[in-house]
Amino acid sequence: MADLSFVRSEMLPERAPPANEVGIVKWLRTNLFSTWPNALLTVAAFYVIYLVLAGVLPWLFGGVWTTSSLSECREVLQGDVGGCFSVLTERWNQLIYGFKYPTELYWRPNLALVLLAFAAAPVLFFDLPRKLLLFTAIYPFIAYWLVWGGPIGVPVTAFVGILGAYLVFERFSASNFALGALGGVATAFVLWFIGGYLVDMMASENPLLTPVASRDLGGFMLNLMLGVTCVSLSIPLGIALALGRQSSMPLIKGVCVIFIEFIRGVPLITLLFVASVMLAYFFPPDATVDLFLRVVIMITLFSSAYIAEVIRGGLAALPKGQYEAADSLGLDYPQAMRFIILPQALKISIPGIVNVAVGLFKDTTLVSVISMFDLVGMIRGPILASQEWNGVYWELLGFAALLFFVVCYGISQYSQWLERRLRTDHR
Amino acid sequence: MSSITLDHHADRSKMAVSDEVAIEIRNMNKWYGSFHVLRDIDLTVYQGERIVIAGPSGSGKSTLIRCINRLEEHQEGQIIVDGTELTSDLKNVDKVRSEVGMVFQHFNLFPHLTILENCTLAPIWVRKEPKKEAEERAMHFLEKVKIPEQAHKYPGMLSGGQQQRVAIARSLCMMPRIMLFDEPTSALDPEMIKEVLETMVELAEEGMTMLCVTHEMGFAKEVANRVIFMDAGQIVEQNEPEEFFNNPQSERTKLFLSQIL
Repeated sequence: MADLSFVRSEMLPERAPPANEVGIVKWLRTNLFSTWPNALLTVAAFYVIYLVLAGVLPWLFGGVWTTSSLSECREVLQGDVGGCFSVLTERWNQLIYGFKYPTELYWRPNLALVLLAFAAAPVLFFDLPRKLLLFTAIYPFIAYWLVWGGPIGVPVTAFVGILGAYLVFERFSASNFALGALGGVATAFVLWFIGGYLVDMMASENPLLTPVASRDLGGFMLNLMLGVTCVSLSIPLGIALALGRQSSMPLIKGVCVIFIEFIRGVPLITLLFVASVMLAYFFPPDATVDLFLRVVIMITLFSSAYIAEVIRGGLAALPKGQYEAADSLGLDYPQAMRFIILPQALKISIPGIVNVAVGLFKDTTLVSVISMFDLVGMIRGPILASQEWNGVYWELLGFAALLFFVVCYGISQYSQWLERRLRTDHR
Repeated sequence: MSSITLDHHADRSKMAVSDEVAIEIRNMNKWYGSFHVLRDIDLTVYQGERIVIAGPSGSGKSTLIRCINRLEEHQEGQIIVDGTELTSDLKNVDKVRSEVGMVFQHFNLFPHLTILENCTLAPIWVRKEPKKEAEERAMHFLEKVKIPEQAHKYPGMLSGGQQQRVAIARSLCMMPRIMLFDEPTSALDPEMIKEVLETMVELAEEGMTMLCVTHEMGFAKEVANRVIFMDAGQIVEQNEPEEFFNNPQSERTKLFLSQIL
């Protein structure tokens, strides 16, 4: 048997690793050139990237920004590759505000957008002081007044009606939920009726803010307004529908199921046509319901049906024990929903809700088919049809895509932050 | 079947049973669809009693105690808890639930709330207590179950035994007169079973009326004043623990005990 004993006489010093095992060389070897097929694919991929950039970059950086028509662009470029981005600078106001919104009033939607940031912040980031929600509550009325103008009595009446409804509901719902809800609705209608009368009486010839008709709204502003309004209305409606669908009362359950299944089975475009043409048949002959409002109602109904199904998935994913624990502690149905069930179900539903919200925001471009001039409507209509810019497709539609991408990517990033922030299970 | 020995021997002298009735169940029947799960249950529980309900799985023991706070509805007979009869009247149901605490096999803590919030939610919204008062009492009970330092963590960060002790504290915060335990230790590792059982023994020593569905026969011998054996939806035998374990009468009970002891 060999001698197995061994004693080290001196300790080995530390050595640097081989050159191809550190830094960029190592990274390249493991990620790009680990095997021959991978190396070939890497080279091929680089070639494709080169082809794409070689086509796009000269077009992007060689573009013209200052001419006033497509033919002038062609003269400046003289056959060189380059985009005709002048259309964006020249028609910027039309792309953003539409072609009928009075130019001297642009500050009003701009201010509304800035205020939106303050109104949305406490809803999106719940670490902010809760008192800021008071501003969120009055924001819709301020925004309405800023964008549409007209007598200030209209938004004030709307606000007072809702405030009255809320106070009545608060007062009575603790003892009797149905009484509170019905009383609240009745209060709102009474206040609105009185308010409408007063507004008509006091309407002055020259209101503080010049009125702007809904028909005059347009451009990306219209997309943003529709998107923000419909998302914020369809989430609460979706929650109500999802809970209604779970109800043990056959009437409520039936109404919710029929509503959801019907709306989901119909294309949005048909609903929009109903909004623009047919809805008038359902109102009294002299009643004029604003087109913007009709479209908001239809898009909201449409997306709330989808959100309801997403939230139903979240509710179904909760263990039955959560309901039982809430029951065993004596929480009643509204309390159990508010504190236990919905916070968890909504957290589970975030990716799905964001999916619907992003889809809804992009679907607002469909209003262009009922001749509302949103961003896409502006591009397809007044801009591309004009003599100066007939034929500038890539630049315009690329710009529209960029605007939508920025907003949708922002929503997606926010939702991921929200999911991380709400993660308490520490798995 | 695990048999955990408790370090702390229960002091039975503190566990007094009064002759005031806490729960009265008369001729109660329940069906799941056409399956007759509880049959002619008659049971009177006095204030301060510690009752262990044993029996094979599917015998209806969990269903029985879940009927007592109406997590399950019975179809025939009467259940009267602390003078309030359980009917479809939601006011009565809420009144009973605010007086009866329940601890579940799988804890059922609210994972999105901290331990402290788990304990204060119901007192604040159901009992309408001021937040500060509710928090003070929650800390008091968390100290009693020996985990006050976890108050600001989330349930997911605690071990199973700790979670179950939080669940007990959460129920106690509602100041219940009766506590129901639905297999509180059967989802736990042996060493955690012990810490939960010790908490339950302390609770018993304070005179709490307790109904426990459990397989921990050591706990039954130590704490219970009555053991109820159920099979096939009916009460087959009930007796004081000593008699029940040493001198079972029914064949079914004898078979069950021979299998688990």
